[in-house]
Amino acid sequence: MSLTSTSAVDPAVRFEPALMRRKLSGTVFYGLCVMAVGILLLALVMLLADVLVRGLPWLDWDFMTGGPSRRPANAGILPALVGSLMVGIIVGVVTFPVGIAAAIYLNEYASDSWVNRVLQTNISNLAGVPSIIYGILGLAVFVRLMELGSTILSAGLTLTLLILPVVIIASIEALRAVPNAQREGAYALGATRWQMVRGSVLPAASPGIMTGIILAMARAIGEAAPLILIGAFAFVTFLPNPFTGSYTVLPIQIYDWARRPQDDFAGIAAAAIIVILVLMLVLNALALILRARLSRHIQW
Amino acid sequence: MNTQLSEAPARDPSTDGGGPAIRLAGMARDHAAPETLGEPEYVVELKDVSCYYGAFRAVRNVDIKVARNSITALIGPSGCGKSTLLRTINRMNDLVPSYRSEGSILLDGQDLSSKSVDPVAVRRRVGMVFQKPNPFPKTVWENVAFGPKINGYKGDLHELVETSLRRAALWDDVKDKLQQSGMALSGGQQQRLCIARTIAVNPEVILMDEPCSALDPRSTLQIEELMAELKKEYTIVIVTHNMQQAARASDTTVFMTMGEDRAGFVVETAPTVDIFTNPKNQLTEDYVSGRFG
Repeated sequence: MSLTSTSAVDPAVRFEPALMRRKLSGTVFYGLCVMAVGILLLALVMLLADVLVRGLPWLDWDFMTGGPSRRPANAGILPALVGSLMVGIIVGVVTFPVGIAAAIYLNEYASDSWVNRVLQTNISNLAGVPSIIYGILGLAVFVRLMELGSTILSAGLTLTLLILPVVIIASIEALRAVPNAQREGAYALGATRWQMVRGSVLPAASPGIMTGIILAMARAIGEAAPLILIGAFAFVTFLPNPFTGSYTVLPIQIYDWARRPQDDFAGIAAAAIIVILVLMLVLNALALILRARLSRHIQW
Repeated sequence: MNTQLSEAPARDPSTDGGGPAIRLAGMARDHAAPETLGEPEYVVELKDVSCYYGAFRAVRNVDIKVARNSITALIGPSGCGKSTLLRTINRMNDLVPSYRSEGSILLDGQDLSSKSVDPVAVRRRVGMVFQKPNPFPKTVWENVAFGPKINGYKGDLHELVETSLRRAALWDDVKDKLQQSGMALSGGQQQRLCIARTIAVNPEVILMDEPCSALDPRSTLQIEELMAELKKEYTIVIVTHNMQQAARASDTTVFMTMGEDRAGFVVETAPTVDIFTNPKNQLTEDYVSGRFG
């Protein structure tokens, strides 16, 4: 067989290495990649520079500890910052168990049926639904039906619904990346399914799951649209109670300041943007640290 | 019913005349051993076992007896159902949705294959070591302690971990790295960690599914030496592609192949020496002499 295939090669066929052209196309591709990174970097640097130049002069202790005011000089961020943190905590507390449990069910318990596949496709679709629609849902279910009112609790639950699809998908991906040999290893020792999940699969998937949850929380904290619909106020001068009364969050506060005509409020808005950027940075750093800690025993 | 043979001095005539029974190789040939020892005690007995994936029959009508404190090797060409058969013994293949088996698998006379027996309970008594080392993403210590913990071990866990690691000939390698990741060990150490983890739940039988195929020759030799040590307390069934390994390490060899319908079946079961030097079946001879497979 090998003989016939060798003799089938036409000796007249020559290779044309065209090495220069192949190398050139490689260089062009490299250049395109660098350019893509450059565009991203440029946009980021411009945004940061603009925000820092405008905002830094306003960023002082009074700004961090004060409430909003009609006079820019007296305006502060504290109620919005506390509101955002409270919303973030509620989102985290609810998302963590529900998201992980749903992912575990879909990946470890549910059989690989068409129902399961349709379900997972739908969850992926939910992740792409505009956030304002979750606002409508939150208004109908939490504010009205469950009569939680326009509170931080409603806001947290609404944003939980918003990010749950993302968390579930990220968690399923993390669970799916765990080799089957891990499951068999636990089963072979006489583990029940739950013991297998708890002792073998979850520790292996936890870095991916935790990263997914924290990044999704960062997204929730940055959301404004759905909260406008469910009644976050822009002008809250007191620290909110999460279960009663009105509240505001950073993105809404920024939106409110940014649309005011006075120039000074643009500076205040920029200062608030710096605060929310730092908050994001902290969350992302937390994700990185957690990932490193949780994966210290994992080497596939 | 063929139960605890050690308490039944009468010989089973069906296993006497060169039938499908596996003899403990050493006993069968050792003339110094008093004849009154009689038949070896069989821990595992497969009776007319057939395995199916959906409509496909992967293994048909297998009868194997595994003597206590022996090493039994399953050899045969790829795809002849050795691993399927092995994974049937500890009900591992129950996890494959389309899988089912027929016939009975007796462990100390008790049928493991019946639906009323919980596979979770079976797997504690019949341990398994896999082709590729699969330590958990935990510390060395936790890797060994996991099995005893989930099975409600009441004794001193530290002592058990140390004993298990010693028995797996790994203690000296890892005694200073008990808190390091089990995945940071070398391939051979990882496989011995998996063996330590398996014996920590005190199984009666250890199944090994090509445990050395991912290891270098040196680590392979270590595992084989370890097996010789382990058979003093456990009964081992090993699937191997490596005929030299079967010849070196096992007491009894089961040669399997597959028919036209791709269903695997047992061709010959005999003391390892006989399989490799004096096979009764032409198929066996062709295989062990390297003419096919």
